[in-house]
Amino acid sequence: MTHPTTPARQEGPLLDGGGPGSGKSASGGGGGSPWSARLFRADVRTLSLIGVLVGLALIGGLTKPDAFLATSNVQLILTQASVIGVVTVGMTFVITSGGIDLSVGAIVALASVWATTVATQEYGFAGILFTAVIVGLGCGLVNGVLIAYGGMVPFIATLAMLASARGLALQITEGKTQMVTIPSVLDLGERDAYLLGIPPLVLVFAAVTVIGWLVLNRTTFGRRTVAVGGNAEAARLAGIDVRRQRLYLYLLSGLCCGIAAFLLIVLAGSGQNTNGNLYELDAIAAAIIGGTLLSGGRGTVTGSVLGVLIFITIQNIFALNNLESATQQIAKGAIIVAAVLVQRRTSHTP
Amino acid sequence: MSDKPSLPTSATRRRLLFGAAALSGGAFLTACTSNEPKEGSGGQAADAPVADDKPGKPVTIGFAGPQADHGWLNAINVNAKERAKKYKDVTLEITEGSNDTAAQIGQIDTLINKKVDVLVILPADGKAMTQAGLKAMRAGIPVVNLDRIFANPQAYRCWIGGDNYGMGLNAGHYIGEQLKDKKNAKVVELAGLDNLELTKQRTEGFDAALKNYPNVKKVARQAAEFTVESGQSKMSQLLQAQKNFDALWNHDDDQGVGALRAIEQAGRDDFFMVGGAGALSAMQAIESGESVLKATVLYPPTMAASAIDLARALGQGKGIGGMAEFEIPSSITLYSAVVTKDNVKQYMSTGFK
Repeated sequence: MTHPTTPARQEGPLLDGGGPGSGKSASGGGGGSPWSARLFRADVRTLSLIGVLVGLALIGGLTKPDAFLATSNVQLILTQASVIGVVTVGMTFVITSGGIDLSVGAIVALASVWATTVATQEYGFAGILFTAVIVGLGCGLVNGVLIAYGGMVPFIATLAMLASARGLALQITEGKTQMVTIPSVLDLGERDAYLLGIPPLVLVFAAVTVIGWLVLNRTTFGRRTVAVGGNAEAARLAGIDVRRQRLYLYLLSGLCCGIAAFLLIVLAGSGQNTNGNLYELDAIAAAIIGGTLLSGGRGTVTGSVLGVLIFITIQNIFALNNLESATQQIAKGAIIVAAVLVQRRTSHTP
Repeated sequence: MSDKPSLPTSATRRRLLFGAAALSGGAFLTACTSNEPKEGSGGQAADAPVADDKPGKPVTIGFAGPQADHGWLNAINVNAKERAKKYKDVTLEITEGSNDTAAQIGQIDTLINKKVDVLVILPADGKAMTQAGLKAMRAGIPVVNLDRIFANPQAYRCWIGGDNYGMGLNAGHYIGEQLKDKKNAKVVELAGLDNLELTKQRTEGFDAALKNYPNVKKVARQAAEFTVESGQSKMSQLLQAQKNFDALWNHDDDQGVGALRAIEQAGRDDFFMVGGAGALSAMQAIESGESVLKATVLYPPTMAASAIDLARALGQGKGIGGMAEFEIPSSITLYSAVVTKDNVKQYMSTGFK
């Protein structure tokens, strides 16, 4: 233990001097060869994902030309992707930092249930939105404090949150489905609310994606996230407050869950304690397929969103062709393996 | 070994008692009007002691059920508690629900140690909980097995539960009758969780009923997961895939909330929908007649109230009203009534949230 730390301390000032410098060059022009190589590699990976998506679209278009290629179906796929998509953007940040958040599904359930109680609904649209977001942030805060300052392993801390948030959601609802009665909330999920043919839910999803991409790729916060995931000790020595960064990341994931919960309330017109079932697995799988490293240090919001779209498109094609759910699950597993293998071939990451 | 023979046994029993023990979805364990049991109706019937509302010997009933994580199971608990309250001679020992087989076995052990007179068990998993039922029976505590059946008939004194096959059958017949004059009628099925046996039984019943109507064809089937979210998601895809059809059967009213939302979002009203289970929201929608939901097929949670009645009769050593026998039956399969606008008022009080 003492051996590595002593030389590292000596290198500390060097890293401190180098950190901001390399950061500037990256945001300024991106002229350095390693940076452009990284960009190119990311592009190959993204292109291969887009290739998979195009391939799926071909399959869909060939098997069910009328139903699959209709505008209403594209709207449907994007709408269904938006809830899990927003969760996945938050998850991408957490995984990039070397962490994991197993509680996302449970947080979505708790937030959606808390935001649809009779008491909350008295405050109308704003009450529902506010409650969903605050509950998401609150759960994220607990996760973050436990992991960053309590020294708990993310897997365990968020597993505990999964159990207790689901339990609390069940306690609030007593297993009942809570119907939303606020017309302005319900209307948001209807066809009349589409802006230029784009459902409002999809607009939120797009906004979260763009902001997520900017934050991860164009801000210090994003670079710190990558640094913490790459080597937390080096990041600490480089002057990054690793603990605070981790706290922020779980807060961010909680925030995304809160937003997703609100979208789900709009979509389903109700809150139920079974909401968000197995979102954690879907979000992790989408992020990994997208090219985010499970061990941390590399993350891509674009890839994650493409991963989500691939999953939803598969589901859609299967449903349109009226295949059994057993077949769907087998194919889903096979496609995860195939997608990861294709990426490995095309990107040759060390 | 214990598994295989039990299936045919219970099946024949069900067939025998299917008509005999038909219960109206609602209030009382009513008089039965079937022909079969009347074979024995002679002089003895008058002598048979029958459990009625009058207070009798005090009975302590232990009740162990799974975690009430959805509306139907919650209604099971409520029905059991309220029914027990109705009788002055009944004390109900109810355990905290659990979906974990080991935890539920522990709870049943506790109830056995407390020496309750009768046990009512709704197992989280019928087959896995068989040993717990056997243990109670060996300890001399009769078991009323509620809905999810044990693998071994020795593990219970009486089984009472819903009829998943019959649910599909009645839904299919209702839809078939509505569409019998329509040429090339198309039907769509939104099933429940596909890895449950009950979903398979519902689908089998539905398909069997539709075979009676050659003009009606099932064009699509997708499985949701009994949740609002999955109902919305699967239904919107079904609507995308099937541009026109005449009827929809949805296995479960909880996921039906999501399915109705998807139908509303897609702006479709070219078909009618039949639900399943009998949730309050579904019955209200049927009564208003404004949505596509026109009927629902019951899977009555009042079975828990009936189970308390059976347990009380068992504890007091009596038979049940309307039947000639000295004892309660060993198996009762409930009827899945079709609730439509015409009879919804009668069933409204049994609707669960």
